[in-house]
Amino acid sequence: MAEQTIHGEALEHGPQADHGHGPPKGIMRWISTTNHKDLGTLYLVFSCLMFIIGGIFSLVVRAELMEPGLQFLDPSTYNEFMTMHALVMIFGAIMPGFVGLANWMVPMEVGASDLALPRVNNWGFWLLPFAFVLLFSGFFMPGGAPQFGWTMYPPMVLQMGAAFPFMIFAVHLMGISSITGAINVAVTILNMRAPGMTLMKMPIFAWSWLITAYLLIVTMPVLAGAVTMLLTDKYFGTSFFDATGGGDPILYEHVFWFFGHPEVYIMILPAFGIISTIIPTFARKPLFGYESMVYALACIGFLSMIVWAHHMFADGLPLPAELFFMFSTMLISVPTGVKIFNWVATMWRGSMTYETPMLFSIAFVVLFSIGGFSGLMMAMAPVDFQYHNTYFIVAHFHYVLVPGAAFSIIAAVYYWLPKWTGVMYNEKLGKLHFWLSLVFINVIFFPQHFLGLAGMIRRTADYPVQFADWNMVSSIGAFAFFASQFIFFYILIRCLWFRKGMVKATDRVWDGAYGLEWVVPSPAPYHSFHEPPGEYVDAESPWVLDVDHGPMAARG
Amino acid sequence: MEKVATNENPHYFVPTPVPWPFILLIGITLTIFGFGHWLEGYVTVIPWKLLVIVGPVIFFSIVFRWFWGVVHESERGAYNRQVDMTYRMGMGWFIFSEVCFFGAFFGALFYTHVLSIPWLGGEGAKFFTGSVLWPDFTPVWPSNGPGAVGGEFEAMAPWGLAAINTVLLVTSSFTLTWAHHALKDSSRAKCIAFMILTVALGLVFLSLQAYEYHEAYTIQNLTLHSGVYGSTFFMLTGFHGLHVTIGTIMLIVITCRLFAGHFTPERHFGFEGVAWYWHFVDVVWILLFTFVYIL
Amino acid sequence: MPTLKRVTEALMLPGLFLSAAAHASLERDAVYNLPSGVTPLSHEIYHLHMYGLWVMIILAVLVFGTLFYSTWAHSRRRHPVPAKFRENTKLEAVWTIVPFLILISMALPAAATLVKAYNTSDPYMTVQVTGSQWRWEYEYPAFGIGYVSSIDAKSNEASMLGSPIKPQDVPHYLRNVDNPMVVPVGKKIRLLITSVDVDHAWSVMDLGVKKNAYPGFINEAWFTANRIGTYTGQCTVLCGRGHSYMPTVVKVVSMEDFDAWTKQQLAAGHTLHIHDGCDAAAAAGDAVLKEHPAPDVCGPGTKAHWLGTGPARHGK
Ligand code: HEA
Ligand code: HEA
Ligand code: CUA
Ligand SMILES: [Cu+2]
Repeated sequence: MAEQTIHGEALEHGPQADHGHGPPKGIMRWISTTNHKDLGTLYLVFSCLMFIIGGIFSLVVRAELMEPGLQFLDPSTYNEFMTMHALVMIFGAIMPGFVGLANWMVPMEVGASDLALPRVNNWGFWLLPFAFVLLFSGFFMPGGAPQFGWTMYPPMVLQMGAAFPFMIFAVHLMGISSITGAINVAVTILNMRAPGMTLMKMPIFAWSWLITAYLLIVTMPVLAGAVTMLLTDKYFGTSFFDATGGGDPILYEHVFWFFGHPEVYIMILPAFGIISTIIPTFARKPLFGYESMVYALACIGFLSMIVWAHHMFADGLPLPAELFFMFSTMLISVPTGVKIFNWVATMWRGSMTYETPMLFSIAFVVLFSIGGFSGLMMAMAPVDFQYHNTYFIVAHFHYVLVPGAAFSIIAAVYYWLPKWTGVMYNEKLGKLHFWLSLVFINVIFFPQHFLGLAGMIRRTADYPVQFADWNMVSSIGAFAFFASQFIFFYILIRCLWFRKGMVKATDRVWDGAYGLEWVVPSPAPYHSFHEPPGEYVDAESPWVLDVDHGPMAARG
Repeated sequence: MEKVATNENPHYFVPTPVPWPFILLIGITLTIFGFGHWLEGYVTVIPWKLLVIVGPVIFFSIVFRWFWGVVHESERGAYNRQVDMTYRMGMGWFIFSEVCFFGAFFGALFYTHVLSIPWLGGEGAKFFTGSVLWPDFTPVWPSNGPGAVGGEFEAMAPWGLAAINTVLLVTSSFTLTWAHHALKDSSRAKCIAFMILTVALGLVFLSLQAYEYHEAYTIQNLTLHSGVYGSTFFMLTGFHGLHVTIGTIMLIVITCRLFAGHFTPERHFGFEGVAWYWHFVDVVWILLFTFVYIL
Repeated sequence: MPTLKRVTEALMLPGLFLSAAAHASLERDAVYNLPSGVTPLSHEIYHLHMYGLWVMIILAVLVFGTLFYSTWAHSRRRHPVPAKFRENTKLEAVWTIVPFLILISMALPAAATLVKAYNTSDPYMTVQVTGSQWRWEYEYPAFGIGYVSSIDAKSNEASMLGSPIKPQDVPHYLRNVDNPMVVPVGKKIRLLITSVDVDHAWSVMDLGVKKNAYPGFINEAWFTANRIGTYTGQCTVLCGRGHSYMPTVVKVVSMEDFDAWTKQQLAAGHTLHIHDGCDAAAAAGDAVLKEHPAPDVCGPGTKAHWLGTGPARHGK
């Protein structure tokens, strides 16, 4: 391919201009890289590491909850692990996981050479390890790590020890990281699409990320504002959340959940994009209702910003507010339902095979819906008085987050791994990983519905004896689930470092796959496209041309 | 081999690897470690004190070096139209995120002004809150709450310094626009003159605000501790002032670049980006003036 | 074959599930579903819950049924040539509108119940409930009674790290207090819920009440218990290390017993006094306080006077 790429500062250095063509070697490659694939890899490795750390924290939690009474942990220590589990999983595992996937796939899918702002992209990634160093440093400080829930409600959180400012600043850094990531992805999508790829012909994963980026940019600064107010309340004498000065602790909840609810959709919209990509591939049938999928995404994005107080039904909000948030929350399941139905319709009368990514995607549709259903039950405000802060909530959000968001990341990794590494993973082991994960995820979280309905409160290290049995089941499930993930790690390690004897992946990898990422070789070259790949884009369909078989004549 | 980079090149701009982001983060993290320990009262411990100095030094040097590189790339014509558009969009989304940051504090202002203060006075559904917990509290804005936190204070008068500041800042937006027109008309000297005027207006604004803060603390007994009124007042105007400061620095940089002969009448996104930022700061001030000072 | 072994292990788990279910159901009937409770409101909530649950089950059967049928019938083996359709406006309209109607059928009764839950007017009496780390204080302004309710000593002892007492041997572990709230049966009780330090929440599922307690603000709730008995719950908002040890226990008694109880309380000196919530809680000197010493922050919104303020007498 002709050398068309223009390089940055290298221009000033004359002969060293070659740097842009291949990465420098060693650790400096990773520290100074501006390449979207390198950074995508870094993001994904970081995410995987955080999944493991967050998973270990959750095992600590589950170990303590195995039996009533305190076995290993003081309640404060329990709260530290519980809180850090949530913070690590949300800000360290799921979000960077999705940003990593966006880094890798969005430029390829829209036919760009790299993300729009590669240097900012580097900064956005490296913010995360530094932020987590700050966050984890709390474990070694007087008063311990953050321990008052990932929601950090005042006035409770103001009782924290020396780690308090570090938690706040860590949140700031993570927020900046998300904002830079979001700006990068949004600008890449809006500005660097291949010629002919209009927004309505764009791959659905890019669409889901565009809406996600918008949500991130609206809400992350609000979170930054919320925690800044915590900081000044603690150290500079302001009274935002203190009634004696005219403030209100509920003010924090409003500001936090104005961020927090869109945040949960930030953790699920890219997953919707992934599932909408994988299901058509293995159903060998175009995505049903592409346009309605896009509108549903936009609709969810908008609605998610006006439902936040459903986390505060028990706060004693004024009745009209309560009613408004009840109705708006319920409304959000209509576009979500449209997505579910569209996936089922995509599968309907397809010609399906069940490779690992597809299995995880089907599990996603079913288990996410279960989580959504319990969410809908909670949307009935008076009933939420009973559910609120019980394990019913814990079951709800783990159903949407683990077999939802986390499964989608796993599915995406299986789906694109051959493209990234150039070798096929071991399908048998992949399937085994899937079935074990499927069984054990339900063993962990399904009983938690029962626990919650029977009244077990969340964020507790100890519980009344009548909840003992289901907790035991749940804990066993947690250990088994975690253990099953080692199959996945083995598969990953084989594909990354021990490829001897493994089958080389074709460029197309999956025979039903469409999209620009499949026209580049496997493994994908360092810079995917040196020139805008105009010739591949079909003028009419949102589908990218099938390079082998001509245009996909998919008009029904 | 390398193609000569020109504005007309339709292809991609791909920067080479850079160490700056990483070093920048070292600076930031050191600053935070120092500042955090300082907040927690470990002021006497020397290393933490040192960090509060070393961190920002690293931070600012790297910011300077990074932007320096970008400016030089730009001047060498490494950026094609696509990159130009990228920067525009990036700046637009960034300013949008800043708007949302201020949104959090405006939200706090509206909430306390419209809801929590009346509730503490027992209005609406919060009858018992007022009558049982705070029987002596009369809810009027401005308020420092039922606990009269920070003691009696005098609220900020809108039609004094603040009004002058409003005029200054709005004028500066106009002078900046004139400078922009001058740049587009290739009258560089005029442009520079208007830029200097803009910077001067920004500086006067900041001095007046500093003076206003001084008055507040020494004469009006209006401080960060003055209940929600003091909190919202200082947080909103403080963060705004910070943004004006950053904006002014950026204006100065742009003025220097104009002196150095940078920018062409057609292509000057560095100028425009800073101008957008300045207008954003201006709009925020008008909202501030309305909701913090007048209402 | 190791793979096979793992699979059989996985298959054994549902068995474990069922046996656990059977075992668990002996302990208490409401171990897998919401209790229907003993107040008109809790009954209504229970019915709403069951309605929601059945709607979800039916939807799940329909949606997942279609999906699973499709995975069976439209696999490449059974259905080698994929169809080509990619939209169907009528169908899409149906699955936008039908869910919407289902939602309305849930929202309207829920709204009606919500309005009832918010109507705290005309109670028989008012009890002020004040949370603090980690105990509840109950005040009956109408009777001049006030006292602190903390976790019972036995639960507390058993809950200690490494305690020789097993939780299983403590009756009503973590759901028992020294001084429960006592109310007469069949009367509307209004609760004024607040806190003196951090957020707490007063909650008893059988009474259909869960309301957060905030320092400096008062939230209202109400219940009318229709059956004599003891109903238990726990503080439901994370409030620090003692959060699990803050039970909410209500004894519903007959009117005669209630009268006797008030006399006995006054005689025991559980009388209301003007106080600082923190001091009172500390003075009560219960075991939790000793074991999990309260931080010396008493937080904002320390309580003002109760007695002598006019509106307080609304209670009776
Ligand atoms: C990925 C994350 C995610 C997602 C997608 C959701 C989705 C939803 N959530 Fe969830 N939620 C969380 C993560 C998420 N949630 C978390 C983390 C918390 C707890 C936070 C904390 O306190 O720590 C929480 C808490 C939470 C609460 C507060 C509970 C409480 O604390 O008392 C509520 C209350 O309304 C709620 C509701 C909903 C609803 C209605 C949806 C809907 O979007 C679901 C829509 C989906 C469906 C309904 C299923 C599919 C639809 C069909 C098959 C169509 C047919 C159906 C009908 C329309 C009838 N959630
Ligand atoms: C995305 C978020 C996420 C994820 C994945 C999980 C995963 C798990 N959670 Fe988590 N949890 C939360 C978010 C999450 N949780 C939140 C927000 C809370 C609320 C905290 C609060 O109250 O403040 C919570 C609270 C919470 C509680 C309640 C604590 C309490 O209230 O006292 C419990 C108890 O059982 C629990 C258990 C588990 C378990 C056993 C898992 C297991 O599923 C974990 C097993 C491991 C994995 C899922 C990792 C596998 C994935 C990979 C290996 C992917 C590799 C990736 C790449 C290659 C890129 N969690
Ligand atoms: Cu009090 Cu939890
Ligand atoms: Cu939500």
